Amino acid sequence: MGSFGNPDIETVDTDILIIGGGMAACGAAYEVMRWAPAGTRIRLVDKAAMERSGAVAQGLSAINTYLGDQDPADYARMVANDLMGITRDDLCCDVGRHVDNSVQLFEEWGLPIWKQPGDEEKSLKDGGKPVRSGKWQIMINGESYKTIVAEAAKKAIGMENIQERIFIVKLLLDAKEEGRVAGAVGFSNREDKIYVYTAKAILLVAGGAVNVFRPRSVAEGMGRTWYPVWNAGSTYAMALQSGAELTMMENRFVPARFKDGYGPVGAWFLLFKAKATNGRGEVYMDINKEMLKDYPPYGLAKVPATCLRNHLMMKEMREGRGPIMMRTDLALQALAASYEEEFGPKEAKKKIKHLEAEAWEDFLDMCIGQAGVWAGENIEPEITPSELMPTEPYFLGSHSGCCGIWTTGPSDLAPQEWQWGDHPPKPGQDPQPGQKNYNRMTTVKGLFTAGDGVGASGHKFSSGSHAEGRIAIKSVLQWVLDHKDYVPTLDKGAQELAEEIYKPVRTYMEHKDYSTAEDVNPHYITPRMLQARLQKIMDEYVAGVGTMYTTNVTMMEIAVRKLTELKKDSEKMMARDLHELMRAWENYHRIFAGEAHLRHMLFRKETRYPGFYYNMDYNFVDEENWKCFVNSCIDPKTGEWSVFKRAHKDLVAK
Amino acid sequence: MPSFVIQSKCDGCKGQDKTACMYICPNNLMKLDKGRMKGFNQEPDQCWECYSCVKICPQQAIEVRAYADIVPMGGAVIPLRGSDSIMWTIQFRNGNVKRFKFPIRTTAEGSIDLYTGKPNSEMSKLNDPGFFNLLAEDLPKVGA
Repeated sequence: MGSFGNPDIETVDTDILIIGGGMAACGAAYEVMRWAPAGTRIRLVDKAAMERSGAVAQGLSAINTYLGDQDPADYARMVANDLMGITRDDLCCDVGRHVDNSVQLFEEWGLPIWKQPGDEEKSLKDGGKPVRSGKWQIMINGESYKTIVAEAAKKAIGMENIQERIFIVKLLLDAKEEGRVAGAVGFSNREDKIYVYTAKAILLVAGGAVNVFRPRSVAEGMGRTWYPVWNAGSTYAMALQSGAELTMMENRFVPARFKDGYGPVGAWFLLFKAKATNGRGEVYMDINKEMLKDYPPYGLAKVPATCLRNHLMMKEMREGRGPIMMRTDLALQALAASYEEEFGPKEAKKKIKHLEAEAWEDFLDMCIGQAGVWAGENIEPEITPSELMPTEPYFLGSHSGCCGIWTTGPSDLAPQEWQWGDHPPKPGQDPQPGQKNYNRMTTVKGLFTAGDGVGASGHKFSSGSHAEGRIAIKSVLQWVLDHKDYVPTLDKGAQELAEEIYKPVRTYMEHKDYSTAEDVNPHYITPRMLQARLQKIMDEYVAGVGTMYTTNVTMMEIAVRKLTELKKDSEKMMARDLHELMRAWENYHRIFAGEAHLRHMLFRKETRYPGFYYNMDYNFVDEENWKCFVNSCIDPKTGEWSVFKRAHKDLVAK
Repeated sequence: MPSFVIQSKCDGCKGQDKTACMYICPNNLMKLDKGRMKGFNQEPDQCWECYSCVKICPQQAIEVRAYADIVPMGGAVIPLRGSDSIMWTIQFRNGNVKRFKFPIRTTAEGSIDLYTGKPNSEMSKLNDPGFFNLLAEDLPKVGA
């Protein structure tokens, strides 16, 4: 048995390693079992329990990507516009043409999906018409969304091939072949045990990044982040450290949500047709609509880009015309009046009651905390409007954001430069043409990703992430079958890895008796304080809420210096137990995700996402020079950063 | 809005190797105090208030108290999750109460039939677009 200072080490050899247990991982698990030849070794490792892990753990009240009869090219156009033009059409079209199949499976497995009157008993697969809250969104009763999807995944690969409560913290490269992933290492957060995996291919799907920036709530409410608080940027950090190229890490998402609870606004805007006003009762989207003309074509679309809608709202806040209010009261009163006119008072009453339940369900399915805020503040939405607030910034690739890893696209849609296999491109160069392509592979051989991991293709949401996990795992399997004779050779020994992972434990044990107060000791820093320091730097210098999302080159240069010192000090993080060791490693990941964001922002000499952040030295969109991808990577040997441009291409006419 | 464990109701999931709340918490917050045989939330300010522990607790011993630094006291949101639906009780600070019931699942838990009636995969198509149950030629056409 291992002890806190001296963990056991277990080595696991597998063909395919899936890191993560969220929607993309579940999709991969379901799909792979229908293809994998008998004897293929598959292992899925989740930091939590799959039944409630990842971004859908709490449930959802809508599936935001279901195309129905719509053209995948239109979907790609919408994604591109919402993300200010710089997305990968090949990846978006690929998600768009596959996504409905996953949604239809969810329904078959037991997920209740709202249908149009008359179609209640008809499945989506058989042409049942869903209730749409928007052009691409459909409404569900989604409290058990993740438990259902996880059940299918667990059944598919079998619990004997799934390990829960193990946090993978590092990818391992091959000692004999440059630029090839050979395994990964992690630790149990329940027992003193390190797990070293060798794998022929890895699907890295460990979600986005939360709590890199100082959150608006800094005491007990710190956990009420909009995206899940346990997403620590592990996907981006581990990919970076193994040499994979990232893309669009300057992108961030700042959702405007109900204040404090961060409850969803989509149904209120789309389903209930509510308007948001400034403190004077003016609709900020109307009074500021001229501002949209500053950002053609992204501001001129029927639905202007999300960041630009924030941009109009923030003008009101900056100029002291807050608070921003979601007029739930007016929306529900208007609906009630129209019901009364159409159906008479008795029927209208029934319908209004139903509407009220729908409004509450929107929170209770996916953001219960917001219901708690309303309960504590005596808010009944039909009477009292609620404040909206832009949140702290988040990094993600699946929602209305597009940071992530640079990958190949599908062979039939992607141009040559976005296809590779055994010879990935070097930084800033195109890949050799003519090589066999493996969809969703990163620039590290054998390392694949999906969901929040794939950059430059947002708006996948839950369903698209599941579908993309299925797409990616087929390539993973193809890669493994094509490289049958490959034997991974890890570039580090198990003992060395164990030492590295348990370093915060050793630091604690060595120095804990130096001072009389455990938290205050010059020989180490607690993970909590390190995280606070990271958040302070990011908030104050890198356009967090503290500066109302503004920064400039000088401020960012200071942030680079401060982050560099923080990184050095992170080697002195301590951990008093396995839970704190998990926090320590999450922070290593957060630092890398934050640094990538900062370096990309500094490189991009424009403000591509007004409303998400402003570089006040370059407060404009520069289509001529900056309608391009910004990519970056770290040399895994030296730790040196390269940040560079890659050309953008429109594959569908915009 | 951290979860908390009601002392008189929690039995530490006696006789099991881990408590239900420890098993489920996505952020590894729930811990068993082995001396008292009671669960507790070891890091309340990292609680996402996802209610996974509240919903799974066999003793209904876990509730959520709204963030002390944000929300006025006295409200409560309490679920009762069954096999096919969930019942919510919203208790307002002013004493008002609302109740809602929503479906959660149309099939029995554990009953998912993965592949019956679905096509087998054809290995020659592994590198094509599509899934095992969706051939490349049946995919919606891009730009059609």
